[in-house]
Amino acid sequence: MDSSEIKQLQILAAKARLGAILGTYHAKSGHPGGSLSAADIFAYLYEKEMNIDPKNPKWADRDRFVLSKGHCCPSLYAVLALKGYFDWDELTKLRQVGAMLQGHPDMKGTPGIDMSTGSLGQGISAACGMALAAKLDNKDYRTYTLLGDGEVEEGQVWEAAMFASHNKLDNLVVIVDQNGLQIDGSVEDVAGIEPLDKKFESFGFYVIKIDGHDFEQIAEALDKAKTVKGQPTAILAKTVKGKGVSFMENQVGWHGTAPNKEQYEQATAELQAEIDRLEGNC
Amino acid sequence: MSQVIKKATRESFGEALCELAEENKDIIVFDADLAAATKTGIFKKQYPDRFFDCGIAEGNMIGVAAGMAAAGKIPVAASFAMFATGRAFEQIRNSVAYPKLNVKIAGSHAGISTGEDGATHQCIEDIAIMRAIPNMMVLNPADHWEMKAATKAAIEYNGPVYIRLGRLAIDSFNDPENYSFELGKGITLHEGDDITVIATGLVVNEALKAVKELEAEGINARLINIHTIKPIDRDIIIKAAKETGRIVTVEEHNVIGGLGDAVCEVVSAECPVKVTKLGVQDRFGYSGPALELLDKFELTQPHIAKAVRDIVKEA
Repeated sequence: MDSSEIKQLQILAAKARLGAILGTYHAKSGHPGGSLSAADIFAYLYEKEMNIDPKNPKWADRDRFVLSKGHCCPSLYAVLALKGYFDWDELTKLRQVGAMLQGHPDMKGTPGIDMSTGSLGQGISAACGMALAAKLDNKDYRTYTLLGDGEVEEGQVWEAAMFASHNKLDNLVVIVDQNGLQIDGSVEDVAGIEPLDKKFESFGFYVIKIDGHDFEQIAEALDKAKTVKGQPTAILAKTVKGKGVSFMENQVGWHGTAPNKEQYEQATAELQAEIDRLEGNC
Repeated sequence: MSQVIKKATRESFGEALCELAEENKDIIVFDADLAAATKTGIFKKQYPDRFFDCGIAEGNMIGVAAGMAAAGKIPVAASFAMFATGRAFEQIRNSVAYPKLNVKIAGSHAGISTGEDGATHQCIEDIAIMRAIPNMMVLNPADHWEMKAATKAAIEYNGPVYIRLGRLAIDSFNDPENYSFELGKGITLHEGDDITVIATGLVVNEALKAVKELEAEGINARLINIHTIKPIDRDIIIKAAKETGRIVTVEEHNVIGGLGDAVCEVVSAECPVKVTKLGVQDRFGYSGPALELLDKFELTQPHIAKAVRDIVKEA
C-alpha cells in the first residue's frame, strides 16, 4: 500500500465516522463510541480486503462480514452507503419508524448486511457456519467477523472459538475491537478478559496483535491470515473508543449516548476538518 | 389398517433425514453430543461428511446452523427439547427466527415420557417457548408415519421450524396408504358430535383409544390430531367448537402455553366454548418409567376417557 492508498482509506474511515455521528444524532440514540473505534477496520475490509459486489449484495461467492458487536452498526452503515449499497440519506433515518437502517443489523432489510446481529456472542457462531458452508461447497470465499472486547465475556464466543479451531476454519478471521471500554466501565474493571492473546491461542487460533487504527498493520494482519492454514486467525486490534472525535475519545459515557446539537456540530466540524486536511493533501 | 409399527418418533425422524438427504445434498445435520439419543446418529453413520457434532454447546450450534442457512444450506440442529429450546432460546429467537433463516430445530426427549432422567430432562415448556417466537413453525407429530411426513414437509418448507421428538417407542395408528400430511392442517381421526377431543404428539394414540372406548358406551367424541401447533388450523377448531360445543385438549406438555392454550386462543376469539386442558398441570415431573409417568400424569387412555365421560355426563 502506498501513501495515497492509505490516505484514501483514512478519508473513507473519517467519512464513516461522520456517518456514525450523523446517524446517531438524528436517531437521538445509538452507540457512537464503538462505531468510531471500529471505523478503520470497516473501511479496510470493504475498500481493500473483501471480495464483494455492492450491486449484487447476495452474490453467492462473496466474502462475508458478520458484525458480531452489532450495536456498532452506524459506521458500518456509513461504509456500506459509501460503497454504494444504499443512499447516504438513509443514515438520517437511522432507528426511526419505517427506516431501512435498524438499531442493530438486519440482514433481511439492509443490503450488504450478511447476518442479523445485536445480541452479543451470536455473530461469531454464524460466521463459523458461513465459513463451514464455504468448506463444504469447496468455495474460496472468506468470512470475517468483528467482536467487541466486552463481548468476549459471553460464553458463546468460546463455544464458537472451540468449534472454529476443531473444524480447522482457516477461512475465518475473528477481529476483536479492543477499545478497552464497555457500558459499566473499563473491560478490565468489569470482568477482566486478559490475557486475550493467550486465550485465543489456547483455543487453537493463530493470533496477531495490531493497532486497529494503523492501516498498514491491518493490511499486514489480514494478508498474513490468508497464509495461515488449518486454523482460524484472531486479530486483536487495539483501538480507542470514540476515535476521531476529541471529546468522545476514551470516554465510557459515549458507549451508548447520542450527541446533542452542539456536540453533533463540534464532532462534525472536527471530522470534516480531518477530511478536508486529508483531501487537500491527496 | 396396515401393520402397527412400534417406534419412537426420534427414530422415525433420523430415518426420514437419511431418506431425504439422498436427494437433497443441502441437508446438513448438527447435534450437541446427543446423536445416539436424538437419532441423528443414523444420519451421521450414513452421511459422515454432512454431520457435525458441536459438542455440549447448544447456543453455538444454533448460531452455526443460522450461518449455514444464511449461506444457502438446510441445517438441522438437534438436541434434547430442554436444551435446544431452553438453553438456546435466545439464539433461536435472534439468530434464526428474526432473520427467518431456514433452520430446522429438532427437540428430542420432549415431555415427561423422557422417563428416568427426571425433571431436569423432561421438557414441558418447549411448545410454549417456540410458539411465542414470531416466524417459528411448531410441529409435534404423533406416530412413525406422521413424523416421516412432517420431517419431509419441514425440509421442503423454507423457514424456521421446531419439530418435537419423543423418546418412548409408541404404536403407529396412521395408515400410510391413506395418510396425507399438510403443514398447518389438523386431521379428524374420529367423527363425533357430543364433544371434541383435540390432541397432539405422543398422546394422540391414547386419545384415539379413549374415544373408541367411549363410542362403545354411546358417547360420540370427535378426535382431532393437531400435528402443526403453529400455525394452528383455526378452521377445524372453530368448526368443532360450533358443532360439538365442548372441547378437551390433550398434550404431554405444561397446560400453560401449549396446545390447550393455542386452542383457547382460537375459540375465545371466534366461538367461545368450555375447554378442558389435560396435560401436565403446571408442575415438574420426576424419575420413573415412561409408561408409569404417563399414567401418573393422567395422560393415558383410561384417564382421557374418564375426563371426557365426566364432562359429557355433567353437561
